[in-house]
Amino acid sequence: MPEIRNFTLNFGPAHPAAHGVLRLVLEMDGEMIVRADPHIGLLHRGTEKLVESKPYNQSIGYMDRLDYVSMMCNEHGYVLAIEKLLGIEVPIRAQYIRTMFDEITRILNHLLWIAGHSLDVGAMTMFLYAFREREDLMDAYEAVSGARLHATYYRPGGVNRDLPDSMPQYEKTRWRDEAEVKRQNANRQGSLLDFLEDFTNRFPSKVDEYETLLTDNRIWKQRLVGVGVVSPERALQMGFTGPMLRGSGVEWDLRKKQPYAAYSQVDFDIPVGTNGDSYDRYLVRIEEFRQSNRIIKQCIDWLRHHPGPVRSDNHKVTPPKRADMKHDMEALIHHFKLMTEGYCLPAGEAYAAIEHPKGEFACYLVSDGANKPYRLKIRAPGFAHLSGMNEMARGHMLSDVVAIIGSQDIVFGEVDR
Amino acid sequence: MSSKIEELQAYLNTHLEGKFTSSVLALGELTLEIPVRSWLDVCNFLRHDEQTQFEQLSDLCGVDYIAYGKAEWDTHASSTGFSRAVQAASVDPFDFDQAKLKDEPSEVEAGKRFAVVLHLLSIKRNLRIRLRTFCEDNAYPVVPSVVRIWNSANWYEREAFDLFGIMFNYHPDLRRILTDYGFIGHPLRKDFPLAGQVEMRYDPLQKRVIYQPVSIVTQPTVPRVIRQDQPSIASQERDN
Repeated sequence: MPEIRNFTLNFGPAHPAAHGVLRLVLEMDGEMIVRADPHIGLLHRGTEKLVESKPYNQSIGYMDRLDYVSMMCNEHGYVLAIEKLLGIEVPIRAQYIRTMFDEITRILNHLLWIAGHSLDVGAMTMFLYAFREREDLMDAYEAVSGARLHATYYRPGGVNRDLPDSMPQYEKTRWRDEAEVKRQNANRQGSLLDFLEDFTNRFPSKVDEYETLLTDNRIWKQRLVGVGVVSPERALQMGFTGPMLRGSGVEWDLRKKQPYAAYSQVDFDIPVGTNGDSYDRYLVRIEEFRQSNRIIKQCIDWLRHHPGPVRSDNHKVTPPKRADMKHDMEALIHHFKLMTEGYCLPAGEAYAAIEHPKGEFACYLVSDGANKPYRLKIRAPGFAHLSGMNEMARGHMLSDVVAIIGSQDIVFGEVDR
Repeated sequence: MSSKIEELQAYLNTHLEGKFTSSVLALGELTLEIPVRSWLDVCNFLRHDEQTQFEQLSDLCGVDYIAYGKAEWDTHASSTGFSRAVQAASVDPFDFDQAKLKDEPSEVEAGKRFAVVLHLLSIKRNLRIRLRTFCEDNAYPVVPSVVRIWNSANWYEREAFDLFGIMFNYHPDLRRILTDYGFIGHPLRKDFPLAGQVEMRYDPLQKRVIYQPVSIVTQPTVPRVIRQDQPSIASQERDN
C-alpha cells in the first residue's frame, strides 16, 4: 500500500484569480482543502513608514495607492483622522462633495469587484459591462482632480477645489468621426453635476442588466450558493466588516451608526444577507449599487442649490486663494509655510473610521506635535478578511477558493500596505 | 454618544479598579492604559461583560515610542507662523552610520519604548475603546496574545511582531507576515533606516538575484531654502 499524504499546492502569486499578488499555500486532501495559508506582503511598500517622514499633506497620495480601486475613500479616512486631531470644521458643501465621491468610489469599487469576481467564476460579459460604467465614473474623477485613479482630491479642511462647471470633451481623431464624437459628447455639455445626474439616471437599468446576467444564472448560483458560509458570530470574531459582515446578517454600517461627512442627512438603506454565503454577499453588494446611486442623486440635488466654500478658511491648514497671494503678504507666507513645512498637529492620538466599500477602513494617528505623523496605523478591511481565508476555505474544493477570494473583494494594495 | 462613553468610563472605573493605570477621555475616545500583567484580565472582561460586550477587535498595532517628542525640526506653530528648522536631534533616517551607532535605547525609560495598542468595537452598544500596554523590557518586548479572545488578532499580532519585534506569548503561529522571506530586522522601529538595510538586484555573474547593502546616496529631507548648513545660491554662483 502506498502511503497517502496530504498534498501541498502553491497557488499564486502570479495566478490571474489571485487578484494581485496573493500566494496561497493550500494543503489538499484530494481536491478538498484542509488548510489554506495565505502568504501576503508581496506588495508591501512600507506606507506606514514612509508617512512618518513627510508632512501630513504629502501623504494623501499614498492613501490613494492603498486600495487602488477605492481611492477617495482611503483619503477620507486619513483626512478625517487629521481633522479630528486638529479640531477643524469642514464646510458643509465639502462634506456633501465627500459624501458624493465616497459613493461614486463605492460604485467604482463594486464594479471592479463584480468584473473580477464574475470573470473568475466564468462570466466574461460582466467584465466588459462593468468597465463601460467605470469609464464614466473615472471621467468624473478626472474632471474634479485631473487624475482618473489616484486623485489626491480630499484635503484636511475640505476638498482641493470645487466641482467644475464643464466636462472635458472628446475630440475627433483618425478613428472617431464627427458623428461619433458628437454622440460621445452628448452628456458632457453641462457641468459635472449634469454629467453625474445623467449617469445616475442610467445606472439603475445597468444594474438590472447585471442582475439579468447573474442573479438567477444557474452556473453563477451553483458556484456561489453555500460557498464560504460565515455565521454572524464568526464574522464578528474574525474582524469582518462591511459587506462581509452584512452578508452574514449583522446590520452594521458606519454610515448609519457612526455617521461622518453628510451621511446623517441623506436617506438610504442598509442591505443585509441571511445565509452568510458568497451569494448573499453578492446580493448585498448589488443592492449597495442602488443605494449608492440614491445617495449620489440626493447629493447632486443638494449641491446644485447650495453653493459655498469647499475648504476651511483656516490658512494654517489649507492654502489661501491664488488671487489673495498676489496682493496679500500674509497669504503668501501662509502658502509658503504650508507647502514647505506643512502644519503641526497637537500631540495626541485619534482613530477615524469610515465605511469603505470593502469594510471598516480606519486610520489610527499618533502625533507628538510635529509636522509629520509619529505613527500612522492603517486598519485595512481586506487584511482581516484575508485572515479569515483559512476558515472560509476549509472543506471546500479548490475551485471554490477562487470564488471565496472573489467574494472577499481582496485588493493587495491595502492588505500589504 | 459622548455621554455613553462617559458612562462606560465610570463603569470601568468601578469594575476594573486597579487593573489599569490611567483612563483618558480625549476627542470622544476612551483610552485605557493597562500594565502587561492585567492585560488578559481586562481584555476578557471587556469582551464578555454584559455592560461592555466589545465583540470585535478592530485593530491591533505596535507603536515605538523611542523618538516621541524628539522632533528633527523645532516646528511649533505660533501666531507668527512656524519656527525655522533646526539641526536633527534624533536619528537622520538617511544616515545609516549614525543610525547604527546611535545607542538610543538607553535614553528611553525602561518599559516605555514599545506599546501595543488595541481598538475594540462593540456593535451592540455602538462604542469604541482603545487599550494600550507598554512592554516591560525594551530589548525583548513581550505581551500575552489575545488571539483566544478575538481570533482576528492572529494576523494583527503577527504584523506587530514583524514590524516591531514585539513577542506575543501563547500566539499559535507567530511568523513574519508582511516582510520578505528571510528578512532581518523590524522595519517600523524608529531606529530602522527609512531606505532599509539591503537592496536586491540581479547579478549577471552569479546568474541569480542577490541582496547587498543599500547603495542609495544620502539625501537630506529638509528643503534647501530653509537649511542652514548650505551656502546660499547667490554665494555659490559667486564662487563659480
